[in-house]
Amino acid sequence: MSAATTTAGTAAGGRAPAAPSGIRFDNVSVAYGENVVLDSFDLTVEPGEVMALLGPSGSGKTTALRAVAGFVRPCAGRVLIGGRDVTGLPPHRRGIGMVVQQYALFPHLRVEDNVAFGLKARRGRTASRAETAARVAEALEMTGMAAYARRHPRELSGGQQQRVAIARALAIRPGVLLLDEPLSALDTRLRSGMLAELARLHRDLPDVSVLYVTHDQVEALTLADRIAVMDRARLRDCGTPQDLYRRPRTEFTASFVGNANLLPVTAGPDGTADFAGTRLTVTPAEGAAPGASATLCVRPHLVGLGDGPNTLHGRVTEVQWRGATHRVYADVAGHRVMADLRELRTTPEHGSDITLHFAAEDAVLLPAGAGSTDDE
Amino acid sequence: MLVHSKGARRAVWTLFLVLFLPVFALPLLVIVAASFASSWSGALPSGPTLAHYRDITQGDSLRALVTSLVTAVAASLLALAAGTWAALAAQRLRPRARKVLDALFMLPVAVPSVVVGLSLLVAFSQPPLLLNGTPQIVVIAHTVLVTAFAHQSVTAALARLDPAYEQSAAGLGARPAYVLWRVKLPLLLPSLTAAAGLCFALSMGELSATMMIYPPDWLPLPVRVFATTDRGALFAGAALAVVLMAATLLVLLAVSRIRTKASYR
Repeated sequence: MSAATTTAGTAAGGRAPAAPSGIRFDNVSVAYGENVVLDSFDLTVEPGEVMALLGPSGSGKTTALRAVAGFVRPCAGRVLIGGRDVTGLPPHRRGIGMVVQQYALFPHLRVEDNVAFGLKARRGRTASRAETAARVAEALEMTGMAAYARRHPRELSGGQQQRVAIARALAIRPGVLLLDEPLSALDTRLRSGMLAELARLHRDLPDVSVLYVTHDQVEALTLADRIAVMDRARLRDCGTPQDLYRRPRTEFTASFVGNANLLPVTAGPDGTADFAGTRLTVTPAEGAAPGASATLCVRPHLVGLGDGPNTLHGRVTEVQWRGATHRVYADVAGHRVMADLRELRTTPEHGSDITLHFAAEDAVLLPAGAGSTDDE
Repeated sequence: MLVHSKGARRAVWTLFLVLFLPVFALPLLVIVAASFASSWSGALPSGPTLAHYRDITQGDSLRALVTSLVTAVAASLLALAAGTWAALAAQRLRPRARKVLDALFMLPVAVPSVVVGLSLLVAFSQPPLLLNGTPQIVVIAHTVLVTAFAHQSVTAALARLDPAYEQSAAGLGARPAYVLWRVKLPLLLPSLTAAAGLCFALSMGELSATMMIYPPDWLPLPVRVFATTDRGALFAGAALAVVLMAATLLVLLAVSRIRTKASYR
């Protein structure tokens, strides 16, 4: 779904927006002394859009989120929420909802008082006493925590605390919801459950812009309308999950969003490429002129066994059984090729010859060195 | 804990009791025993009597106890307010300025308390700041002496407080004052009560600075204990000491009850 259709969908959604929605980073830089942690960051999150900031630790994604919240001050650039410049505003005047990794529920307050906190702090500005109670009930209902209203946070499990933290952020009806690795403290099974919950919550609140910081590509692919891939303080790539997964534009994106075989090739004419003397048919890329060296990206699960349109001959170096699939590592002309094959009846032996193939539309050509991390 | 063999553990316990009992516990027991005696010539005190305690329940001794309690409560509340305020404010300072502030607060502890008493006496004995001879100067002296402890324990507690609480509260739209009253202070409450208890206990027992400055109409209990024993009335002094001890312990016990109620984690 593109940003434009998301916006249109929101407008048709009915409910009037409760608070200004949409975030814009306008050339934002953040530095601690000499250490630049966010470098000329430009990104627009449309009203109602879920934007995932995906990157390894130290990539600047959390800094970007904290710049929206107002906990770090950019040394250059502007941050806009709902079209309003908030760069100089303190956090409590920005109208955001935020959920952090460790939830930070107030331990001395009951669940209902935690959820009411934002409303009471703003009383006189937004909600009356009766309205506060109604909104707390609504937020707890939405997150399925109504039965726990009288408990203290310490009496709740991690997953329940997470729901309360989300309810607390939603109760103030923010136009912008900031989620900072909200699921990383949960175990794997709870996490996939919470992912579905978050997706449902966002369907119920179509006007809210969500900025979702994560290092987990599954979370980003599942939840986001668009993903912004970050590395070393910079934005590397931005697009819909399908787009980034099927047509990555940089090697960093290709390897960080899903697994990828990255093979050095020489681009040829008419959608062909030359890999170690083998002519392959591929999906061409802009900027990869015939004769130029390029990188070929093929997803391991799109590599098949046996002959096909693009055939590679190699030797098996490693086989891993992963339940539903076998991950086969093969050495092809000195390069490692991974193939995720549906569980094989006979496991290939180490050192045996293997023939692999992939379709032309599954092989994406990337300009060599694009998005490589040393662009200074 | 770190000793595993049975024999060694017994040896450690014996050593502990041999060192601890004579130094810490026995003298206090002796005071209690002496407070009920009218003479002590043999190994044990003799002539059991309640006369000393009866004397305390009326007249100057009772006044001295009340004086001590009022002074200690006032001084520890003032110290707590000043120490907490300074600790909160210091968070916004640069590390170097913070070190200077810390050192400033530690100064009264480093300086002998007699000197603190004397310097207050000299400093406030001339108009326009003539506090010499007033109860206030005693309260001020005690406050100066105990603020360091309040400041230090609140500073330590603040350093342990996860900044995520404050940030979450601010993110939810709470103004800094609201965050302070509804989030930070409640979370600091256990440390605040602990600091208050410590300040109270220190103030209740303060003698050397008090000796320099107390006016005749504001005579705290430790001064009276000293004066009584100095006169040679050892058993009456012991009874006063026991009362001082009991009053302090009672208040500390009450404070620690608030503390257990206020700890959330």
